[in-house]
Amino acid sequence: MAKTVVLERKPLSLSERTYLPQIATGLKTTFSNMFKPKVTLQYPEEKPVIPQNYRGIPTLVKDPNGREKCVSCQLCEFVCPPKAIRITPGEVPEEDLDREHVEKAPQEFEINMLRCIYCGYCQEVCPEEAIFLQQEYSSSGYSREELINKKDKLYELGGVLPDKHYKWDKKKKAELEGNSH
Amino acid sequence: MIEFMQSLEIWQILAIKIVFALMMIGAVMTMAGYSVLAERKVSALMQGRLGPNRTVLPIIGSVPIIGPFLQGLGIFQPLADGLKFLFKEEIVPGHVNKIYYYLAPIIALVPALTTMTVLPFGEFFTGAGETIPLMLADLDVGILFILAVSSLGVYGIVLAGWSSNSKYPFLGGIRSSAQMISYELAMGLSLLPIFLWVSKPGVEVSALSLVEIVNSQHQANWLLLVQPVSALIFLIALFAETNRLPFDMPESETDLVGGFHTEYGSFKFGIFFVAEYAHIVIGSAIFTIIFLGGWHFLPWMSDPWPANWVGTILGVGWFLTKTVGLIFFFIWIRWTLPRFRYDQVMDLGWTKLLPLALANLLFYIVLVTWLDQSAL
Repeated sequence: MAKTVVLERKPLSLSERTYLPQIATGLKTTFSNMFKPKVTLQYPEEKPVIPQNYRGIPTLVKDPNGREKCVSCQLCEFVCPPKAIRITPGEVPEEDLDREHVEKAPQEFEINMLRCIYCGYCQEVCPEEAIFLQQEYSSSGYSREELINKKDKLYELGGVLPDKHYKWDKKKKAELEGNSH
Repeated sequence: MIEFMQSLEIWQILAIKIVFALMMIGAVMTMAGYSVLAERKVSALMQGRLGPNRTVLPIIGSVPIIGPFLQGLGIFQPLADGLKFLFKEEIVPGHVNKIYYYLAPIIALVPALTTMTVLPFGEFFTGAGETIPLMLADLDVGILFILAVSSLGVYGIVLAGWSSNSKYPFLGGIRSSAQMISYELAMGLSLLPIFLWVSKPGVEVSALSLVEIVNSQHQANWLLLVQPVSALIFLIALFAETNRLPFDMPESETDLVGGFHTEYGSFKFGIFFVAEYAHIVIGSAIFTIIFLGGWHFLPWMSDPWPANWVGTILGVGWFLTKTVGLIFFFIWIRWTLPRFRYDQVMDLGWTKLLPLALANLLFYIVLVTWLDQSAL
């Protein structure tokens, strides 16, 4: 057990009892603070530094070949706690040679930014690494409809992210080599 | 000047006085408005922030260099603040006593603006070698008038607290009246040694005249140096009278929501706000006049400016510089010291300042008597 030592308080001297020297010290501190650098960030002109792994607005991304990655499996729609995501699945046409091994793509993909809570579950759950919460954090609009991000808006926000796996290319290569699933 | 005034019709004198009065009101209200800005700006700087720097007027703001500079200083902010109060919805709670509720802000503002009638702020040199003090009304008992009228300001606060019919304003009103009574005494007592010091034996002119007090500090000691204790007590009491932190008992927003103006909004609150700052401006001016030599240069030095209109302007400018410095001091203290507890305020007023002021008075009675006797 720690030993408690009770310190004797020294009685205040006369100058201490008037508080005036202490007030003077305080005044000195505040005055010198006036000339120190300010911490204010002038927001619209200066933007804050966004850290890695920041969860901003959810976006859809394309792979480096410019192909749509989402296969509309609807896992994100299912996992989304506030039900902000709504996907209308669609077929990928047979003649699309770029995406030979993909059967489905979203016909429409909506994320309601009035509902979104930026939890990042959609990004976590996505098997195709197609949805990412990126660095953009500020979205505004004049109506509710404006704040429902449609597919084209989502791709515009998302852009292209480097892909480590090139899953479809691997799949195509495997099929050509004769061991497709 | 006096002959010139006597040659005028009564209505002409009246017209001139009214124009002067309006100019004075304009000056004091502008200073009050800009001390609000100064308050925000200085507090921001002391807390490592930048303060208001966004408001801008269309034409002036687009001038290169000057426009952005003024915008950065927040020069246009008081205008926006004032307009905001004007355009806000006028809300009157159902439980208030209507007459007194509307009367209170007016009663708070009027004393603040009335005291400035006897406030000298410079001197005018006529060609004949006379000097005429610049003020609206040269009262022989100027300081008594100021003490009497400025303490009426508390009625506005008490009325506001009472008529709001709600507990926090009520508590604010009570605290305000108690504080006013406690500090008025010390304030009055701290000024008595000044009059003893200024008045010479056998002189006809009243030492209660503010002009006389200022002129007694010309080429001599400032009264701050002669009577530091009086100055200290007066300054502390001034903080209490103007309801500034660390004595802002009537407002104390941490424990009383908004204090006496909790139930007030829009322009009625704006008037209280302006009245508070007008009090600070007037209070700083009074302290400058009594203790800092008014428009005279530095202690023991004669005024370095010539005795003509240039000297008048420089003198007024010097007076304003001192006043603004004191306003800064008010703000500086506010952002340095925490608020006293209510009982600590009472304790300080009654058991510290009052005895100190009495002892100070006795000391100077003895000293002045001794000096006068040895001079005879």
